[in-house]
Parts: sequence; structure tokens; C-alpha cells
Amino acid sequence: MATIHVDIVSAEHEIFSGEAEMVFAPAQLGEMGIAPGHTPLVTQLGPGEVRVKHVDGTEEGFYVSGGLLEVQPNVITVLSDTAMRAEDLDEAAVLKAKEEAERQLHDREAGMDYATALAENAELAAQLQAIQRLRKRAGRS
Amino acid sequence: MAVGKEIRTKISSVKNTQKITKAMEMVAASKMRRAQERMRAARPYAEKIRNVMVHLGAANPEYNHPYLIPRSEIKRVGVIVVSSDRGLCGGLNSNLFRELLKRMKDWDESGIEIDLSVIGNKAAGYFARFNANITAQLTHIGDAPGIDQLIGSVKVMLDAYMEEKIDALYVVSNGFVNSMTQNPTVEQLIPVQAADDEEMQHHWDYIYEPDAKEVLDLLLERYIESLVYQAVVENIACEQAARMVAMKSASDNAGTLIDELQLVYNKARQAAITQELSEIVSGAAAV
Repeated sequence: MATIHVDIVSAEHEIFSGEAEMVFAPAQLGEMGIAPGHTPLVTQLGPGEVRVKHVDGTEEGFYVSGGLLEVQPNVITVLSDTAMRAEDLDEAAVLKAKEEAERQLHDREAGMDYATALAENAELAAQLQAIQRLRKRAGRS
Repeated sequence: MAVGKEIRTKISSVKNTQKITKAMEMVAASKMRRAQERMRAARPYAEKIRNVMVHLGAANPEYNHPYLIPRSEIKRVGVIVVSSDRGLCGGLNSNLFRELLKRMKDWDESGIEIDLSVIGNKAAGYFARFNANITAQLTHIGDAPGIDQLIGSVKVMLDAYMEEKIDALYVVSNGFVNSMTQNPTVEQLIPVQAADDEEMQHHWDYIYEPDAKEVLDLLLERYIESLVYQAVVENIACEQAARMVAMKSASDNAGTLIDELQLVYNKARQAAITQELSEIVSGAAAV
């Protein structure tokens, strides 16, 4: 049985490294499964669970809040974000850094809460899903 | 015995100080070890992302991201300064600022203006005093900062670059050599220095989802963020190492001081006893 090497890393630490039979990832345009020998591919990930099917048939899930997936003929690299990311949220972080520099306490944050809520929501949902899957798996074994 | 009361008080106060510096030394030592681990843990991401960038660069020579193209005329540069939040860490921050000030002077002399994005209390306080042009500020990052805390400070500079407000971006931080040595370093982030001398023999093109430009943009942004994150984590390891060394020498100095005071105290005590004895003897002789 062919296998493929998988590296899952985040900016803060290495999450997983090893051989796998197949990998499932939450790409932005939908969940995709990658088998050994897949065409080279680069895609953006959304929040969700990256599942690695080990050689012995067991599956392991890793929660990511986004990031990039690179597929080479014999290596899959997942560059995962651990932080919540959204265009509006990044913008908010910029504002915060600038504001702190200006030491002004004007309330310019109006309209930002919506974006925060949305991103947090999507992340929570994905987290819950991951937890549920873990529970189910634990219940079965 | 009334003698040497002041000296005894002094000794006990120095002893108390020594206890504190000893405790700080030990805390710093254990924090340094953890910071070093985090430093190591952050390395794979930067390496992987660099590899992907090299591959993408080889596969996509026609698309050149602005981050990759050096600008012919540099009128203004951005600098991300990484410092510690707290003091009591020897000359760590001042060495760093000196190195940076030298650079800033050079830039100033060649007519280049400077924008600063400061991370850490020390840099914020220091550069604010000199009326530097601070466009972003981040303080109180703690011992284990997440990359999410840094997004704002980095993005301010990236946006400024895209809007052509700045023409180059640097990060200034302490490099960790070992627990005794820390080197202030100035590293260029943008234009990204390409290291495409690695294996370039495989030429495949990727399938891109959603499209090549978007993926590359994201990749470069993440890459620069990860470099800044590494600089911050490394600086924390440096801070703890410098504090450990500073506190160790403070404890040693307190020890020497106590020894000296003890000697003075013993001499005074001895003199007092001798005096009393001679008083008694002469008193007895007079009877």
C-alpha cells in the first residue's frame, strides 16, 4: 500500500509528522481527500479538521482554523494557522496596534464586533465538530 | 549588646535583597529553558513555508509579488523593533537600541525616513521619548505570546509597504547565541531575500485553489509573520538569559557585601568587648 509523508506545522510548533495512507482537509472550496500520488496542489484551508488516515487504518484529527495545504508527489505539508484569521479581524488588529501607538481612546471599534462574532462562530462550530468526532471515536473503541 | 545594631540591620536587609535576586535568577533560568523550547518549536513552520515558497517561485516565474521586488529608490523604511516588556535584564535592550540607532543615523544621513513598529514596553518608552515616528505599538506580550498578538504590528507595516509608504522592512531583535551571549541583529524582511539556490531540478506546476496570486499573497504574509514571531520568541529567550546572568551577578555581589559587613561587625564587637574588659580590669585595680 502506497503511503505519503505528512507534515502538519503551525507557527508555534510542529503538530504532526509521519506517514499516512490518506489525508482529508477542509479546503476553502470544500473538503478534499488526498491519496498518495496526487497532483501537485496548493490550496487555502478554512476552519475545520485535518484528518490523517494512518497506515494501520486508524484516523487522527487535527483542528485547524485555517492555513495552507501544499501537495507534492510524495509530501503533504499543512501550514496551519492557530489564530483566528479573517480579513476584518486582521484589520482590527492593525487598528489596535495603531491606536495604541497614538494612545488615543476613541471608540473606533464600532462595526468590528460583527466580524469577530462571525469568525468566532465558524471556529466554534468546527471545534465542536472535531470534539464530537473525537467522542464518537472514543465511544466506539 | 547595643553594639553594631545598624550593621546587623544592614546585613539582614542585604540578605533579603539577595533572596529576591536568587529567586529571580532561578525563575529566569526555568523560563529561559521554556522559551528556548518554543524557539525550537517555531522553526519547522518557517522552514516548511520557505520550502513551499521556493517551489512556488520556481513554478511561477511570471508572477512576481511586490514583496519580492526590490524598489529602486528607498525613501522611507519600516522597522519592527522587538524588545522586552520588563527591565532587570542587564544591557540587553540598550545594546539593541544602540545597534538600531546606529542604523537609524545612517539612514537619516542618506535622507531616508524611518517608521517604527515597536513591540515591548522598553522600546515603546524609549523611542517615544525621542519622538521617533511610531506607527504601531504592542506591549505586555507575556512570556508565551501567540502569533495572533503580533498580527496587527506586522500588518501595519505590510500595508504601509503595499501603499508604497515604506520601501523596505526590517526587524530588529536580539539573536540567541547561548545563555551568556546575545547578539543584536537587524534583519531585512522585505524585499524577501530569495534563497532559491536550493534544489531547483523538479519543475512542476501546481493546481491552485482558488488561484495562484491569492495563495502566494497569503503565503508571503504568513512567512513574514512567522519570521517576526520567531524574532519575538528568540528575544524572550534572550531576555530570560540576560536576566538570569544579571541576577546571578547581583546575588554574587550581595554575597560579597554581606561578607564585608560581617567583618566590620565582628571587628566592632571585638573592640567593644576588649574595651569593656579593660574597663573592668582597671576598675578592679583601682579598688
